[in-house]
Amino acid sequence: MKPCAQSRGLVCKVAGLALLLGFLLLIATVCSAAPAGPSQIPNIFKPDSTPADSIFRLSRLVLIICALIFVVVFSLMVYVVAKFRRRGADDGHEPPQVYGSNQVELAWTVIPGLIVLVLFLATARVILSVQDAPKPPGAIEVVAIGHQYWWEYRYPALGVVTANELHVPVSDPQHPTPTFITLLSADTDHSFWVPRLAGKTDLIPNHPNHTWIDPHETGLFLGQCAQYCGVQHAKMLLRVYVDSGADFNAWIQSEKKSAVTDDAAIEGRHIFESTACVNCHAVSGTVADGHFGPDLTHMMSRDTIAAGAAANTRENLRAWIQSPDSIKPGSLMPAMKLNDHDLDALTSYLETLR
Amino acid sequence: MASDTIAINGFAAGDKPIGERLHGWVTTVDHKRLGILYIVYSLFFLVIAGIEATIIRIQLMVPHNHFVSPEVFNRMFTMHGTTMIFFVAMPILFGFGTYLIPLMIGARDMAFPRLNALSFWLTAFGGLLLYFSFVGGNGLYGAGNAPDVGWFAYAPLTSRAFSVGHSTDFWTLALLISGIGSIGTAVNFIATIITMRCPGMTLGKMPLLAWMNLVTAGMVLLAVSPLTAAQVMLCFDRYLGAHFFDTQAGGSAVLWMHFFWIFGHPEVYILILPSFAFASEIIPVFSRKPIFGYPVMVAATVMIGFISMSVWAHHMFSIGMPSYGNTFFTITSMVIAVPTGIKIFNWIGTMWGGKIRFNAPMLFCVAFLFQFLIAGLTGIMLAASPFNWQLTGSYFVVAHFHYVIVGAILFTLFAAFYYWFPKMSGRMYSETLAKWHFWLFVIGFHLTFDFMHIPGLLGMPRRIYTYEPGRGWDIWNLIVTIGTFVQGIAVLIFVVNLLWSVFKGEPAGNDPWDAWTLEWSTTSPPPDYNFATIPTVESRRPLWDLKHPEDPDWKYE
Amino acid sequence: MSSVAAAPAPLKPEWTLPSRGRVGMFCLIAAESAVFTIFVIAYIFYIGKSSSGPQPKDVLELPIFISICLLSSSITIHLAVRALGKAQLGAFALWWVLTLALGSIFLVGTGREWYHLIYEKGLKISTNLFGTTYYSLVGLHAFHVTVGLLAILIVTIFTLMKKVKTEHHEKVEVFSLYWHFVDVVWSIVFTVVYIVGR
Repeated sequence: MKPCAQSRGLVCKVAGLALLLGFLLLIATVCSAAPAGPSQIPNIFKPDSTPADSIFRLSRLVLIICALIFVVVFSLMVYVVAKFRRRGADDGHEPPQVYGSNQVELAWTVIPGLIVLVLFLATARVILSVQDAPKPPGAIEVVAIGHQYWWEYRYPALGVVTANELHVPVSDPQHPTPTFITLLSADTDHSFWVPRLAGKTDLIPNHPNHTWIDPHETGLFLGQCAQYCGVQHAKMLLRVYVDSGADFNAWIQSEKKSAVTDDAAIEGRHIFESTACVNCHAVSGTVADGHFGPDLTHMMSRDTIAAGAAANTRENLRAWIQSPDSIKPGSLMPAMKLNDHDLDALTSYLETLR
Repeated sequence: MASDTIAINGFAAGDKPIGERLHGWVTTVDHKRLGILYIVYSLFFLVIAGIEATIIRIQLMVPHNHFVSPEVFNRMFTMHGTTMIFFVAMPILFGFGTYLIPLMIGARDMAFPRLNALSFWLTAFGGLLLYFSFVGGNGLYGAGNAPDVGWFAYAPLTSRAFSVGHSTDFWTLALLISGIGSIGTAVNFIATIITMRCPGMTLGKMPLLAWMNLVTAGMVLLAVSPLTAAQVMLCFDRYLGAHFFDTQAGGSAVLWMHFFWIFGHPEVYILILPSFAFASEIIPVFSRKPIFGYPVMVAATVMIGFISMSVWAHHMFSIGMPSYGNTFFTITSMVIAVPTGIKIFNWIGTMWGGKIRFNAPMLFCVAFLFQFLIAGLTGIMLAASPFNWQLTGSYFVVAHFHYVIVGAILFTLFAAFYYWFPKMSGRMYSETLAKWHFWLFVIGFHLTFDFMHIPGLLGMPRRIYTYEPGRGWDIWNLIVTIGTFVQGIAVLIFVVNLLWSVFKGEPAGNDPWDAWTLEWSTTSPPPDYNFATIPTVESRRPLWDLKHPEDPDWKYE
Repeated sequence: MSSVAAAPAPLKPEWTLPSRGRVGMFCLIAAESAVFTIFVIAYIFYIGKSSSGPQPKDVLELPIFISICLLSSSITIHLAVRALGKAQLGAFALWWVLTLALGSIFLVGTGREWYHLIYEKGLKISTNLFGTTYYSLVGLHAFHVTVGLLAILIVTIFTLMKKVKTEHHEKVEVFSLYWHFVDVVWSIVFTVVYIVGR
């Protein structure tokens, strides 16, 4: 190869490697040092709850150690590639033949071994602190049940059943009110993942799991099912509403009530109770007692329908009842095929379920 | 000399009629022809699975895209993963092993040539069976087509209740059959390496390629067999009404996960060890030095083989294992980084003080070193189980294992293609096209897989056919998709280069790289009998001894 | 440099490597062991987890006789191989046919046990987890016995045709490794199914 081509190739190579390093720095900056964005971005490096925060602290340590290793080995590689390339003025002789060195081998066995030991000890501490955390007396208990493709939430101690939008109280470090969640599945595997609150834990049939969160701030935290569970895995979204203590109690009180009866919507109620709706959905205080689909007793208190796939508006509700595939193709809710009049009446009835 | 024997090769036009030549290929038991069959077969599936990947990426280019339906998307990622692992990566590596091992250890064929042919045709049949599901997957009623359960097919999604029709049956039968083929190949590799080495080639003088394939084959025996067993159980569940993974009748979904990953993680090392083997042959030749620390390389390979059998549950950190389980699999997964690191340092040590020639094989190996370093470091991150609770099942982990499989395995495979192409075809490839291929592929690779880490860190799970806008994922997905096309163009250049060079390339001669292992001592392509006389070796680099009689290796080893 | 083989190299006279048949068979046994391990793990994992009957203690009886038959067939096949090595073809034929008979008794015994379980006790593969794991594990072993018996039968036919000679000693010996493996597996299956699991 001609010397000029050789050096040009080298320039390209170094440029490429610099680009690579740039990418990595970019990843690091984007993910860990970006200014606090809107909470809609479920960034794992913006923790807002103790489990997520412990993980974040560990991940920072791991990232720093990995970055150091990267810089050292990367520089070594660049040096070797640049320094020991065959030059134009080569004498044609083979370089000295070196077969190995036990001292050097020992060094690059022991040093990585020590690094691994440090990483392991730091990791083991976090495993225990997150996984075996004791449950304080003020903890809220929730049972989350994964369904294809929605979430059922039960608060057994409080007598509340709801779907898709989990409400939990904010936890004050002085008087912690964490939420301990038991994870069950009604069908296939799912995974509960709200990145800013905690790492993911799977919901597996016949295999109850547990996780816990103690959000430090009020607000809405997003996530979604993180274990492939079937056709509509993508639209099995998670919404966690962190309320102040007072708001949370008010929400519980309102959810505990039976459904209100509004005479204006009696026709829609009649349609609801005389079609297949009641096979799958429950409305407390009425004959509707199905459990295959979400509990609709207070469905108008929710911001979204179809597990977060659409905003809870009259148009969307109507479209959803008429043809669920238009919002979430593959959803297990059947198309109800009602005429316009009945559809309007039914939608009006659902809108009274506050 | 080379020009005399080119006509023996199947690529070159012979005098025989096409039917007879085809018959020759179908009935062959020659390891070189079977190796080429494996490779061509895998390249065919590489293109198909690449098209599936492109469909996936087009769909994810922008949020709420409607390029394909969720059903089609789910089939695409299932088929992409299954095809790439079982019908591209494994057979192509077996192909190189089948072709090279007898040549490198100075044998005339594998230990069991007919078993070799059987293994290939079983694997080939498995692939065709999998793809037949596009035609036959419908079954009787509303069942869809092509498997859509994900490449690790977690129970109970594979049960009759959640997967009606026959698509999952095609998946499980295809893997069962090709798995039996893989076990046959592994038996053959081990028997060949143990019993067919030429005189003088003790285990300590074997080329590292043979060593690493020996360890790989041992792992195939112990890792693919559990998968085969689990597929048998799944068949019993689906056909005979058994309840192994039937959660409605007390069966366990977690048991399937364990069985699958007992296969699944060693599988990663089954794929990476042969690619380490390529690097360990190519880097010394292009650095003009022997491999640094041969005994340590062997020891590290064996250690990786052992440790990799005890790390499987790091794929399952999120299933709610007890804390001691998570701790155990954290330490084993981290410890495996040590022998892997030793290898990287030994390759650097090999280059140190050498005179490095940057032909295409070496370029790909150097890129492999850089990329494998990053893949290893993200692997360390994933091994820390709490960090893993955030990262697993996200696009970060997708980026990580593509960094391993593309950035390391595919890069060394390209290196191996360019390195041994002259031997297999008797002709040189075009170095210019190869350089274009390399640089475009490097750029495309980094566009795709560097940026793919970021949406994972921002909470984007894998296997979703669409996503909500406003979560900070949009721009990264767009860049990733653009990178896919750059990689596609690069692979196209590669294919063009291969096809052109097979017919029009310059004659290569026996030993175009001035290399040191036995395959370069025979003609290119080698005759049916490989060696006119079985060679005798005295060191790890027999051709070095021959070329430098004044300074032979065996004085130092 | 046309060929490295042309280089004069001192040939070490004692260059011997293991027989490929043995190595291949040991590899096969390693792979088969992994398969059986998975089935045994599944069996142990599901012991006592069946939600409905019949349970193992209600229906299983110790298959002592057929187990003795199978295990002693390991001895007879060993004697057969040794006889062939010493070119005692008559003794070989005798021990070989005895092995075939003992193996067949075992297979018939398993068949009778299954018949009893299916038609008299109502235990099928789909009945419960016990049925699922029991028929899979014992069936997998019985399948291996069947394959072995077919091979023994083929050799028996060749023996009766007077085609088996001393030079076949190694092949027969390699096969006997498989048969020993099948016997060892039975002792594990017996322990797990009829002692631990009952």
